[in-house]
Amino acid sequence: MTARRLDRGGRIDRGRTLTLRFDGRDIAAHPGDTLASAMLAADIRLVGRSFKYHRPRGVMAAGVEEANALVHLREGDRREPNTPATVVEAFDGLVATSQNAWPGLRFDVGAVNGLASRFLGAGFYYKTFIGPFRGTRFWMVCEAFIRRAAGMGRATTLDDPDAYEKVNAFCDLLVVGSGPAGLSAALAAAEAGREVVLAEQDSQLGGSILSTPVGGAQDQWREEVLARLAAMPNVRLMSRTTVFGAYDSNVFGMVERVTDHLAAPSNGMPRQRYWLLRARQAVLATGAIERPLVFAGNDVPGVMLASAAATYVNRYAVLPGERVVVAANNDSAYAAAVTLARAGARIVLCDVRASVPKELSDLARAAGIDLRPGHAVLKAQGGQRVTGAQIVAVNGDGRPSGAAMRVACDLIAMSGGWAPVLHLWSQRFGKPVYRPELDAFVPADRDGIACAGSLIGAESFNACREQGASAGGGSHVAAVPESPTFFWGRNLSPVSVIAHAGGRTPGKAFVDFQHDVKLADIDQAHREGFVSVEHLKRYTTSGMAADQGKTSNLNALARLAALRGMELPAVGTTTFRPPYTPVSIGTLVGHEFGLHFRPIRRTAVHGWHHDHGAVMTEAGLWLRPQYYPQAGESLREAYVREAAHVRAHVGIVDVSTLGKIAVQGPDAAEFLDRLYTNKMGNLSPGRLRYGLMLREDGFVHDDGIVACLGEGDYLVSTTTANAAAVLANAEHLLQTAWRDLRVHVTSVTDYWAAFAVAGPNSRALLASLIEADISNAAFPANAHREVTVGGIACRLHRTSYSGELAYEILVPSTHGLAVWEALVEAGRPLDLGVYGTEAMGALRIEKGHVALAEMEGRTTMGDLGMEGLASRRKPFVGSVLRLREVLADPSRPTLVGLKIDGSIGARAGALLFRRNDPATGHGEGWVSSTTWSPALGCNIALALLRHGAERMGERVRVVDLVGDLDVTAEVVSPKFFDPEGHRQNA
Amino acid sequence: MLRIHCPVCGLRDETEFTYGGDATVRRPAMDDPEPAHWLDYVFTRDNPRGPHREYWHHLGGCRQWLVVERDTLTHAMGETGLAREMAPLEMEP
Repeated sequence: MTARRLDRGGRIDRGRTLTLRFDGRDIAAHPGDTLASAMLAADIRLVGRSFKYHRPRGVMAAGVEEANALVHLREGDRREPNTPATVVEAFDGLVATSQNAWPGLRFDVGAVNGLASRFLGAGFYYKTFIGPFRGTRFWMVCEAFIRRAAGMGRATTLDDPDAYEKVNAFCDLLVVGSGPAGLSAALAAAEAGREVVLAEQDSQLGGSILSTPVGGAQDQWREEVLARLAAMPNVRLMSRTTVFGAYDSNVFGMVERVTDHLAAPSNGMPRQRYWLLRARQAVLATGAIERPLVFAGNDVPGVMLASAAATYVNRYAVLPGERVVVAANNDSAYAAAVTLARAGARIVLCDVRASVPKELSDLARAAGIDLRPGHAVLKAQGGQRVTGAQIVAVNGDGRPSGAAMRVACDLIAMSGGWAPVLHLWSQRFGKPVYRPELDAFVPADRDGIACAGSLIGAESFNACREQGASAGGGSHVAAVPESPTFFWGRNLSPVSVIAHAGGRTPGKAFVDFQHDVKLADIDQAHREGFVSVEHLKRYTTSGMAADQGKTSNLNALARLAALRGMELPAVGTTTFRPPYTPVSIGTLVGHEFGLHFRPIRRTAVHGWHHDHGAVMTEAGLWLRPQYYPQAGESLREAYVREAAHVRAHVGIVDVSTLGKIAVQGPDAAEFLDRLYTNKMGNLSPGRLRYGLMLREDGFVHDDGIVACLGEGDYLVSTTTANAAAVLANAEHLLQTAWRDLRVHVTSVTDYWAAFAVAGPNSRALLASLIEADISNAAFPANAHREVTVGGIACRLHRTSYSGELAYEILVPSTHGLAVWEALVEAGRPLDLGVYGTEAMGALRIEKGHVALAEMEGRTTMGDLGMEGLASRRKPFVGSVLRLREVLADPSRPTLVGLKIDGSIGARAGALLFRRNDPATGHGEGWVSSTTWSPALGCNIALALLRHGAERMGERVRVVDLVGDLDVTAEVVSPKFFDPEGHRQNA
Repeated sequence: MLRIHCPVCGLRDETEFTYGGDATVRRPAMDDPEPAHWLDYVFTRDNPRGPHREYWHHLGGCRQWLVVERDTLTHAMGETGLAREMAPLEMEP
């Protein structure tokens, strides 16, 4: 027994005992414990195996910076890998298992990697891509090794059973961190009446105060401030809430762990909440993280940060070792040493500084500490737990200057200085300033963000309070009595590496524990010519593990600086990116998955389609009927039947999804003339016209119908997919370059349901429902008018997409279903059939009408054979650039029809080649749309083909390299069916 | 995330807007037949480091096009207003 639970003290509830289970072993714990503190109380030192070398690892920290004690938390569909045991709150029934070890934690086969470490050094993976290893079996081994090792723990492959929520919030002041600085900032701002959010990642508020003795002066101050804050309605205190991202305009991403401290969320509770908080101002009071020292064996279980050792004593009432060697280069470790000594440990304190302030040496001796100035730990001894330390006298550079001597111990507590938690600041502002007296990078106040406390090197508890209050807009605060301060920044010796000349260490000395990056790896990268910290980081992977180098970055930078003979700031620092600590994907997703991934738009008749067996397809956000299968019918059988039925009788299709824009105002005619390629301004009321729009660069954008309702009053339709883009572009032109035009554009897509009624019997069907005269003479092609169906005012357009005699009826959406049902009912004697988008596509391909498969952004009017729609009497959007020389190239692919030989057909995207040419390269064109044509009795396609117009009658190869298809086809006119349009004009 | 001051709706999240490109280019007059002018308008852009005026469309709000001055280096937001007041007019014929 070495580590043990103390009889007194701590912020744990000894009245209740919880049972945790780690690798099948039961561990007793109390509420207030973490998994790590409970393990230490049970003297469990070995927690996991390391990333590359599978070295034994144990608890090294007491917070989010933990790099070694990573476990699988929970089981089954809730198993979460790479969870630091130091942040897992104890709950009854907790189950955790070790990672990265097979067959077991104590005997792990992967540990042989340690013997091969020569080959696994910096950049080994990259090196396998070059030189003699490339493509060899060794490369394959490395590849498999990396794939298996990446991520370390195993994520569950089962669906996440938990619910997550998203919250949008606002405040005057966000305070990040609830230590003395954060609490003071929150109090000052709250007392001034500001809306304050105080976010703390820990389960308890108090920050570093929680690591001081319960009931002490600092603790009493904490209790008092928390009581005052809790009583104020303008304060939201959020524990278990990590501010993981700082974004532009003072927007912060936060994750609130609502039920992670319970076995499972209770009924109806989310597991976590994702907060997106917009703060007028923010105070960062995020504190600092202790730096490890770099010496041989500094990763052996039982080597721990000094502040963490003190935290285990004061917060969790766990003595992490009875015979302790403290290794330090600064004052702060003395507080930890005294804490451990008072709790009953025997202490040898090695301080690399040759001279120690008298105040500290007196204190150490009074506590019975064996103080060794000018000494350091050269090596930690032991395998699965620390058994001793080799200590040695060192010179000012951390080089041993004599023979090492062994001290038996069960804990080595190290302190190599501190690293301010400037991650959030760095996410926003990039590079911080180096303060040589602190040997650390420190942030500074910037627009809307103030920094306070240990983050900027506050020297004492009261200094933290002063800075916090000031950052929160308050004034001077009365000092609270405190025990002697051991501020780390005073007299700090910037020596963090204990090694012989040339970086030699008597064993592996780690810089980045989680990614197994050794001192020797940094040195090797330097020898290989790496001089930039950004390159060093990526080459060695130092700082790239899940902990983002919270304990390793400064040591890696310092080593590179020393090797290059430069000051630390000259080498620079890397930039932090969100998130500060890992965030569950489920939290970011919230409820936006599955059917809720994005909004779904349904037409007014959606329920009817559903009830009548329609198979729906997505068109943007819309759901549309694709086909209505009868019993046993395939897609192809169904659409062929539906399309043939339209040409023989009459059919109806829901086209509500087409974009509809009201264009209104005195200059509407002029506006439409500018927007469309063809003349629109001369449309008279009651008439409609098909039109084409280009982009500014001269390529075809969209098509649709313009109906003139009256003077300065038009209803314009667009394709379903481009409805939003056409409207936004119209608004842009009208609000910028053309703002002299008096025109309003309004989307009325959702206002009108629209149905196309097509086929030889369509007139008879409509005539049976409406009173108006719609004979060909009274209501010819391209006419429109108002009609009433069952008392409902509708609009009737005589327009045809199918090539049949056809109409589109526009119905106010709320009456859409009633009119649809009236049409279906009236259609019974005329054998009305419903059809979906698939049959609609077949009909339009037979007619050679282009859709977005042809107007796909790379085609011109010339390419699509639509030159005739370009007015020569007026300029329009794209009218100059469409005539660019490069677009006049006669070899550009142009629209043709294909009659495909055989019964298999082709697929959109298939390439076209000359009949006797090999099917290599990009070919001479491609298939854009294809269908089985019931009217022609063969497979047909629209395609774009070089010199298309000159190649009628030629046979070409149609090759689909993806579908492994190679057929022949005859090049024909794209107007396959009724090219003169007799049927639609009947 | 940027927050953009819409003169109609107030300070709103970037996610309510769509980006509309460079707001310093001037559209040639409608009947300008000179291809060079149009090529310039459509394709030629500066890539400034620092303050830049650009169009943002308040799609999830009032649907007004705005001219927003944004620092491309720091994302600091400067003058913001309605495009119909701040956008460059069409070039003179």
